[in-house]
Amino acid sequence: MFQIIVTLIIYMALVIPMGIYLYHVATYKKTFADSILNGIDNFIYKVGGVDPKQAMNWKKYLAAVLITNGIMVLLGYIVLRIQSIDFLNPNGIENMEVDLSFNTIISFMTNTNLQHYAGESSLSFLSQMIVITFMMFVSAASGYAVCIAFVRGLVGKTKDNMGNFYSDLIRIITRILLPLSIIVGLMLVWQGVPQNLSATITATTIEGTYQDIASGPVAALESIKHIGTNGGGFFGANSATPFENPTIWSNLIELFSMMLLPGACVIMFGKMASETKNKIKKKESDLCEKRFNFFGKEGKTIFIAMSVLFLIGLAICFFAEMAGNPLLAEAGLSQSMGSMEGKEVRLGVSQSALFTTSTTSFTTGSVNNMHDTLTPFGGFVAMLHMMLNLVFGGKGVGLMNMIIYVLLTVFICGLMIGRTPEYLGKKVEGKEMKLVALCIIIHPLLILGFSALALVSTAGLEGISNGGFHGLSQVLYEFSSSAANNGSGFEGLTDNSVFWNITTGLTMFFARYAAIAMQLAIAGSLMKKQRVNESTGTLKTSSMTFTISLILVIYIFAALTFLPVLCLGPVAEHLVLWN
Amino acid sequence: MMKQSNKKFLNKEILIQSCKGAIIKMNPKSMIKNPVMFVVEIGFIISLLLSIFPTIFETNGQEMRTYNSIVCVVLLATLLFANFAEAIAEGRGKAQAQSLKKTQKNTKARLVSAEGSETIVDSSDLRKGDVVIVSLGELIPNDGEVIEGVATVDESAITGESAPVVRESGGDFCSVTGGTTVVSDSLKIRITSDPGNSFLDKMISLVEGASRKKTPNEIALNTLLVSLTIIFLIVIITLYPIAAYSGISISISTLIALTVCLIPTTIGGLLSAIGIAGMDRVTRFNVIAMSGKAVEVCGDVDTMILDKTGTITFGNRLAADFLTVNNITKNELIKNAMITSIYDETPEGKSTLELGKQLGYEVPEVQVKESFEFSAHTRMSGLDLEDGTKIRKGASEAISQYILSIGGTIPSDLQSKVNEVASLGGTPLTVCCNDTILGVIYLKDTVKPGMKERFERLRAIGIKTIMCTGDNPLTAATIASEAGVDDFVAECTPEDKIDVIKKEQDKGKIVAMTGDGTNDAPALAQANVGLAMNSGTAAAKEAANMVDLDSDPTKILEVVEIGKQMLITRGSLTTFSLSNDIAKYFAIIPAMFMVEIPQLKILNIMQLETPNSAILSALIFNAIIIPCLIPLAMKGVTYKPMSSDKLLRKNLLVYGLGGVFTPFVGIKIIDLLVYPLLNILGS
Repeated sequence: MFQIIVTLIIYMALVIPMGIYLYHVATYKKTFADSILNGIDNFIYKVGGVDPKQAMNWKKYLAAVLITNGIMVLLGYIVLRIQSIDFLNPNGIENMEVDLSFNTIISFMTNTNLQHYAGESSLSFLSQMIVITFMMFVSAASGYAVCIAFVRGLVGKTKDNMGNFYSDLIRIITRILLPLSIIVGLMLVWQGVPQNLSATITATTIEGTYQDIASGPVAALESIKHIGTNGGGFFGANSATPFENPTIWSNLIELFSMMLLPGACVIMFGKMASETKNKIKKKESDLCEKRFNFFGKEGKTIFIAMSVLFLIGLAICFFAEMAGNPLLAEAGLSQSMGSMEGKEVRLGVSQSALFTTSTTSFTTGSVNNMHDTLTPFGGFVAMLHMMLNLVFGGKGVGLMNMIIYVLLTVFICGLMIGRTPEYLGKKVEGKEMKLVALCIIIHPLLILGFSALALVSTAGLEGISNGGFHGLSQVLYEFSSSAANNGSGFEGLTDNSVFWNITTGLTMFFARYAAIAMQLAIAGSLMKKQRVNESTGTLKTSSMTFTISLILVIYIFAALTFLPVLCLGPVAEHLVLWN
Repeated sequence: MMKQSNKKFLNKEILIQSCKGAIIKMNPKSMIKNPVMFVVEIGFIISLLLSIFPTIFETNGQEMRTYNSIVCVVLLATLLFANFAEAIAEGRGKAQAQSLKKTQKNTKARLVSAEGSETIVDSSDLRKGDVVIVSLGELIPNDGEVIEGVATVDESAITGESAPVVRESGGDFCSVTGGTTVVSDSLKIRITSDPGNSFLDKMISLVEGASRKKTPNEIALNTLLVSLTIIFLIVIITLYPIAAYSGISISISTLIALTVCLIPTTIGGLLSAIGIAGMDRVTRFNVIAMSGKAVEVCGDVDTMILDKTGTITFGNRLAADFLTVNNITKNELIKNAMITSIYDETPEGKSTLELGKQLGYEVPEVQVKESFEFSAHTRMSGLDLEDGTKIRKGASEAISQYILSIGGTIPSDLQSKVNEVASLGGTPLTVCCNDTILGVIYLKDTVKPGMKERFERLRAIGIKTIMCTGDNPLTAATIASEAGVDDFVAECTPEDKIDVIKKEQDKGKIVAMTGDGTNDAPALAQANVGLAMNSGTAAAKEAANMVDLDSDPTKILEVVEIGKQMLITRGSLTTFSLSNDIAKYFAIIPAMFMVEIPQLKILNIMQLETPNSAILSALIFNAIIIPCLIPLAMKGVTYKPMSSDKLLRKNLLVYGLGGVFTPFVGIKIIDLLVYPLLNILGS
């Protein structure tokens, strides 16, 4: 408990300066490393033939995202299919099969990092580096770039300039992801995470048996895995293995790494929103407010809402895990430390519950304990946060999803005070509502639709390793994880089959790109509108009332959509377990 | 007329019509316009099939017949209730239209040809540009402009106002409306609209709801409701196989019941009724809105441009002082001024008497031989007494001419007194007795009572008021501070008005204004909400998006509140409808799963008796809540001006929290009634 509180306090201290830095990067304001990095950026622009000043409207921006990601998918796919070549392949790994390659490449390009393979036995070092690690950078950078463009659209300084995707992509990598990765990577190496290109060592254990000890360029992957909220492990067991996450310190480093940027995004948004506002009301912008206003009013609403959702989830998960498993208690196993099944002794329940809640909230997907063995309600929280997909969320997407719900809340609340709903000075009308509705529909459609499909098809049913309620949870978890571009596995599911590779691949693809397209379209449509006046009659989206309404709308929508299936899965499992 | 009738929410005639309408609207062709209710209708048809052939989808459906039939009946009731709500709203509009149509009789008209000869034609044959003569007692055949003559016209058919109004050629009072009656003199009128296109026609089609288009917010809300419906359909369609995997088979009827309970039928059923009722409320205020959009925009108004004269003040009409000329005593002036006002029903006359009384004078006892009312021709009024004294008061020039014509003289200081009053922003009224001019009554602009409070209300909801006046800045400032407006523009020309509007609109504000004259037409068109006076010119009415039949410019304040109220009603009922779903889940989820997973009983917090009675109770609640909310949808949610945050908190508490708790109570009560009934039916 105490551990969790301390961790979160340190997080707050880290996220605010990061948010301000991100804001400077996003708005092309001066940052400390400009003198060196501008040179590097310009070199890249020159090589790539990019004009960083070329303005893009939302359609062009989206097209740039799709084309860039599309080419990367193609190249990555080819590498996975020919990885057996004798280059950076000391362990002689074979080529990946077609359907698994399809799943893997979409998984990494969409920043999901759902792994239907075990890294140590299925990927060559070449693939680990130029497919997996490379994609971890560009998929995260693509996400943040889209988020920045989306925010630019919302705050609407111009009528149709959302910025330049190529420039955003490069700046995010050079100014944020790379420097942070180097720092975090070195810290992890200090804690004992390997970074080499050696083949698997076969050791003789004291019992005289043999053990394969895999290593490789782990630290490099591990750092971006969390900073980019990617989550795909070098090894099959992800951050639960000592080589990925050896100590409590490395665990904290990984936690902070994954929580840092999604939170910073919200601060960036708040600052960008209040900047435009201040420009309009020049008179009111006094220095004092500027200096101490870390969040910006609008950012604060969202940060508070996300934090409340996070803390509620964390509390449920923590107490559920602490309560232990009554069946094991009956069998004579002490549950005083909580449910330790599937958890690492060096990390314990607190750090595991915190990691589980964070990895599903920030949609990272790395795990430091086996989610399949979480107590029903612990697993419930993990699933719920992926179904919400807006509790901070990963790579900027969480912020965008949250703003979709903000627009929805604005719409309902706006009507209730008798005005055409407006957000950030822009009217929310039929066109935006249509897109908001589609955004909200696509998530449950993918999760529930494919879950239902899996449960009626033999190919789908074959993957389920546990029967009953837990089996349903396994399926729901897999698709929630895919749809939220999270990537964590409930495990237990035998998922490397054509059925599961294809269905989750499609889920990841549509969840990522359909949502991005609609969100950019919303921002593009809002930015064209004339700014409306703000008065006492206008809905205050920075008020406590609104924040509470927002949280309630999110919970009610989630409950209405997912309560029936959750009742049949984790809720039923819990009730049966305890009664 | 409209004012008097239909005040009641319902009468027998509308009720019968609405019941008929509710059944006619069951036609799928018309249902599909409301996708939420269309889903209910599909559910109804399926459950009807299941009642007749219980085994059509399910092999073991035989014992489900009673249950299926009950679901079917409740769904039918849900549909009828929703249709009934819409039919009532339409019915009330139609009743109004009926009474308007009565005035639209086909009359004969006297057409004047270019050469000046008169022919009698049917009014329906008149075309735009034709010239007709209408005399005392005749009906004006169609909308037009007076090109010759002065007359009084009874417009009660349109406005409900019994006092006739003056219409004359030129100026701002030249427009006449078809269906009104000339009650004095005669008018030469140029027709300005073709048959079927007159103001009255437009009004009828508007109140009938025939030309009702969905407003932007209604479209947006509809999108939300449809998407919610789609989400719930996804939830329910996928629930079937997912539950089957868990070993639970859910009957088709239960799935239909769950669908109908969850999709927003409450707001879906009432949505169009709210819109129609909103328009209806505006109409009841004797304001004709050209579209629902216009009313809705009213809710968004940030700035209101108001004319000083007639809107904020009574006009230059109330006596404020008596100024004597020459060496006439004040006593004499006041006494005579009061005598001229004894039979004078105008505000000027009444206020003269009032002021006299305030100054300590009694109303003089006089024997009156004859009284002359104010007319547009003479521009003065007065009395002839039995003793031959002739006392008059009126416009300065008119009295001067009158005095000169009977051989009197004009006092040397009259002009200076008149100028003095004018410079103060007031209107002088000269009083004379026989051939002597006694002095001047200073008629001052007086701020209408209650204006200050109204502007305060507007400020509370964030609306800024700007007063426009042709007065000099000094007078304007006095009135502005007296009335409590936020800002004013003095010596304002119509062009200035447009500039003010544009300037506000550039700041992203929604601007409302009222106007009557032709020169107001461009400003009315520029403003987001333009309210024209019915007394105004055709050009002004054409440019505006609302017309006030009573020609009361302060009405704009009420219309704004009605616009807000309409949106609030929609928002509140949406919130209520959504919040209701929580309780319905707590009724239905345990009911569906409890038999196979007894542990889920813990979710049955309402302690509903059996799964069947739980599901039916939720479904019945869902149906009954619609007619229960019809009065609210018709009258609108009560609206008091307050800050947005306060208003939001209040409505969230009432409709959000209320929406969560009401169904828990409601479903429990229904369950207590339904359970024994089901026992009797053996289901």
